[in-house]
Amino acid sequence: MADTRTLEGRKPAERPLSPHLQIYKPMLTMMMSIVHRITGAALYFGMLLVAWWLIAASSPNAYARFQWFAGSWIGWLILIGYTWALIHHMLGGVRHLIWDTGRGFGPNEREWLAAANLIGSIAITFLLWLFVFLTMGASR
Amino acid sequence: MSGPAHIRTPLARVRGFGSAKSGTEHFWRQRLTSVANIPLTIAAVVILITLLGRNQAATVQILGSPAIAIILLLFIISTVVHMRIGMQVIIEDYVHEDSSKLTLLMANTFYCFCVGAVAIYALLKTSFGL
Repeated sequence: MADTRTLEGRKPAERPLSPHLQIYKPMLTMMMSIVHRITGAALYFGMLLVAWWLIAASSPNAYARFQWFAGSWIGWLILIGYTWALIHHMLGGVRHLIWDTGRGFGPNEREWLAAANLIGSIAITFLLWLFVFLTMGASR
Repeated sequence: MSGPAHIRTPLARVRGFGSAKSGTEHFWRQRLTSVANIPLTIAAVVILITLLGRNQAATVQILGSPAIAIILLLFIISTVVHMRIGMQVIIEDYVHEDSSKLTLLMANTFYCFCVGAVAIYALLKTSFGL
């Protein structure tokens, strides 16, 4: 960041930088923090899929095209990944709301919350799609 | 030795650049939309899963239901507000050069408003079209 400049072309004051990710040993709480941000960014672009789905609903041809994509293996992968990201980000958000009340910062609590976030998101996503595959298999 | 710049006090230089009493606005709005997003996201996922595998006519029928359409409408609004603030934080964390930062912050707002407007328009068109 040595060539960082403000709009006026002047260099900002030289300040010491704190150590960053590469010097820390990876920990679960740290990884969950990073995953919360990554899932948030993924959902940001995932909103395009929601918009596409709603646009496609207006005509049978467009909807058939959407369903062809959603039914392909890459479509399934995106749908399952999208629901996992949603659920993971939502549980991570609940964790943040708990922290906002001043609770959940203890050494055991924060480890437990981070593990619950990861395991919970995978378990709920798995059960959700198991339900989908079972009920769709029955209707076809 | 001293030019006019030295006469300006530190107070004069920061005046007008302070918090303007709105420093916690984004923090609060992010919490507000996150709480709203919990029931709205669960409902939206259930609606989406229910519609999987159904044809367009059946989908239009379900989107024509006022309760379903309003839930999805609220989901889109709350999500778009939430994701705009979230992406702004990401940009401010990683982009330090003024011109690219301002460009990305603008693009972020444009993207969120556009994707929100398109989704809402499409939803209402289908829902009212029934």
